[in-house]
Amino acid sequence: MKFRLYRYSPESGEKPFMQDVELDIEPAGKMLLDALLAIKAQDETLSLRRSCREGVCGSDAVNVNGKNRLACITPLSELKEPIEVRPLPGLPVIRDLIVDMEPFYKQYRSIKPWLINDEPEPEVERLQSPADRALLDGAYECILCACCTTSCPSFWWNPDTFVGPAGLLQAYRFIADSRDEATAARLDNLEDPYRLYRCRGIMNCVDACPKGLNPTAAIGRIKSLLVKRRV
Amino acid sequence: MNARRFDALIIGGGGAGLRAALQLARSDYKVAVVSKVFPTRSHTVSAQGGITAALANVDDDRWEWHMYDTVKGGDWLGDQDAIEFMCREAASAVYELEHMGLPFSRLDNGKIYQRPFGGQSKNFGGEQATRTCAAADRTGHALLHTLYQQNIAHRTQFFDEYFALDLIRDADGYCLGVTAISIETGEPLLIEARATLLATGGAGRVFGNSSNAMINTGDGLGMVLRAGLPLQDMEFWQFHPTGIAGVGSLITEGVRGEGGYLLNKNGERFMERYAPHAKDLAGRDVVARAIAIEIAEGRGCGPHGDHVDLKLDHLGETLIAEKLPGIRELAVRFAGVDPAKAPIPVAPTAHYMMGGIPANLHGQVVAPARFGPEEPVPGLYAVGECACVSVHGANRLGGNSLLDLIVFGRAAGLHMLEYLRDNPYPRDLPDNAAEASLVRLSRWDRPGSERVAAITDDLRRMMQMHAGVFRTDAVLRAGLEKLDALEDRLENAGLQDTSRVFNTARIEALELENLIVVARATLVSAIHRTESRGAHTRDDFPARDDAHWLKHTLYSRAGDQVDAKPVRLKPLTVETIQPQERVY
Repeated sequence: MKFRLYRYSPESGEKPFMQDVELDIEPAGKMLLDALLAIKAQDETLSLRRSCREGVCGSDAVNVNGKNRLACITPLSELKEPIEVRPLPGLPVIRDLIVDMEPFYKQYRSIKPWLINDEPEPEVERLQSPADRALLDGAYECILCACCTTSCPSFWWNPDTFVGPAGLLQAYRFIADSRDEATAARLDNLEDPYRLYRCRGIMNCVDACPKGLNPTAAIGRIKSLLVKRRV
Repeated sequence: MNARRFDALIIGGGGAGLRAALQLARSDYKVAVVSKVFPTRSHTVSAQGGITAALANVDDDRWEWHMYDTVKGGDWLGDQDAIEFMCREAASAVYELEHMGLPFSRLDNGKIYQRPFGGQSKNFGGEQATRTCAAADRTGHALLHTLYQQNIAHRTQFFDEYFALDLIRDADGYCLGVTAISIETGEPLLIEARATLLATGGAGRVFGNSSNAMINTGDGLGMVLRAGLPLQDMEFWQFHPTGIAGVGSLITEGVRGEGGYLLNKNGERFMERYAPHAKDLAGRDVVARAIAIEIAEGRGCGPHGDHVDLKLDHLGETLIAEKLPGIRELAVRFAGVDPAKAPIPVAPTAHYMMGGIPANLHGQVVAPARFGPEEPVPGLYAVGECACVSVHGANRLGGNSLLDLIVFGRAAGLHMLEYLRDNPYPRDLPDNAAEASLVRLSRWDRPGSERVAAITDDLRRMMQMHAGVFRTDAVLRAGLEKLDALEDRLENAGLQDTSRVFNTARIEALELENLIVVARATLVSAIHRTESRGAHTRDDFPARDDAHWLKHTLYSRAGDQVDAKPVRLKPLTVETIQPQERVY
């Protein structure tokens, strides 16, 4: 199969370039990560992140034929050749397919992604009805792979000020949690022309999410909560 | 060389490391976590089915029954004091996770959802218990993210994408920190700490067919062996019965807990023959052996007869969507089947290391010394899969590994606080504290004829063939010979890529050094133990032999020495659970 890989080595003094690679691989049942690892076995200078190889750790997000995807759950047979693999857009490239994720993590941390409840803890679990728990479905499953946020034009232009779809989806995960008591503060933290309202409903995030989550819908719910508390 | 200094240092950002870090971060001490991946990429994230604790939310339950099941599940090799401690602490540890925000699935009354799992019983071996607490089939993901979130809230210092190289110990044996390299810059770093905790996870990548993440290369085990300390019970590796055939990715035991079952090519529920009582929910070693036998005797499914079928379509779309959504996703992606319509092809896959760094129930690393076989190594701790407490004995029960992480993560954190109070001043570093690590690093700047990736592949193939579900002396010894050859090849290996920035080839070389010593520990220990117990099945010694082998193995690297130490049969407060025949 034919591949075009983004290569960049900061120590070489060379500019980034696209490398054509031919790999002898039977695509049936194989994922893009299998191919990238086979290429690396031949040329160990190719650098990429990977860990669980089953789509739950979120390490190996890359841009494949123009779309952000997890290499480990992208079937080779679905991809048109030459398969063009680039690092995630919108973040600084450290080397080859590896980007600096810190701007993404920083936005994640900015929404205070932890449960806030200052009531004394009972000696058993806090109760939560199945219906209340169901509100977290579609939000808690996020794997922080950054496929969504780095596909968002609003994040490309304002990575310092716009929280981005992943961070906002996590903000919603805590707002929606019946056990969390900080909803007002969480909404205050987002009520800002940039942090929340840079979302223009482009919906690239929904298309990009490898877990089938819908950040745009969560953002919509946050916006309607803000409207509701004003009236 | 750059140097940093903290009060406490955690190596590994999975569930165990993050739980311990949280305990320390809540204090006034300075704690740092070194992780070779961003913490939520750790293998804890892959745990599916749940975490076991006798909450009795669904059915009568008591921690004493959980303890009995764990002792029996481990084929009486587990230390009963540590098992009592874990099962006693289980409920409060799970409630604590809930208070931290872990999104557990819920019962109609709002309590934490629990499901049946293998090897669980009521009344000391009676009816099936319902004891495993779950967040759908993503419990590990929910747990790891929750613990990471709490650590952010408590401002734990993270060294993400730093690879730990070696322990630093002084002449009196105190552990004073580690050497590491920044993966991003390639710069070596010395991190000093009065107390160091190893939470580096398993080494399942030593096998060719494994459920483990690619990062599970036994780095903490390598550090311990290089420091001259032993490893315990390394012959005991759990092969999970239901890995996706040909891929290795895991299908949780929760599938069988929810009512799924295994079929051979004749459509027979063959587990009824092997475990008439517990059937598909027998211990994992029992089910894995049954599948291996079905396949070996020609009753496997598929054109090559190389797997069996896991049927769950009778559970219905709704239950699968609600309780097993992740499994459906994995099966569709990696096996090309929708389990709501057709069975999933499964075969045993290397899954969990019961052995590891010998530790006591405070997480202190213990080793034979002047006054006995279990003297704490001052300043050194180990918890989680890399440690051997031993609560899992010869075979771990499903749902007990997440529990192990948080119970002993917390216990170790608490004990480290005490240790820091008792040892308020840093000890002097030995001269050239980093020298051995720097030599090891610079060794990989040397050109060589052999390739790291090829040696790693051959190592994993060898272990699959020579240290798998069924073992004999001859097969194990042949494996050891192959390992000698692989070690020679490693001597002659070199990197094509000697750059500094994010050189993952170099990291993989360092990981291979760790995998090789893990393989040796496994083979030597497995040859030594001439009995079958739990997950260690010797065709040439098919029976358990309590008279000779009711004891732990201690492997040391110098001269491949194997020693033993007694199993702690005396619990903390309850009666000993006397060894019996293990039937399900």
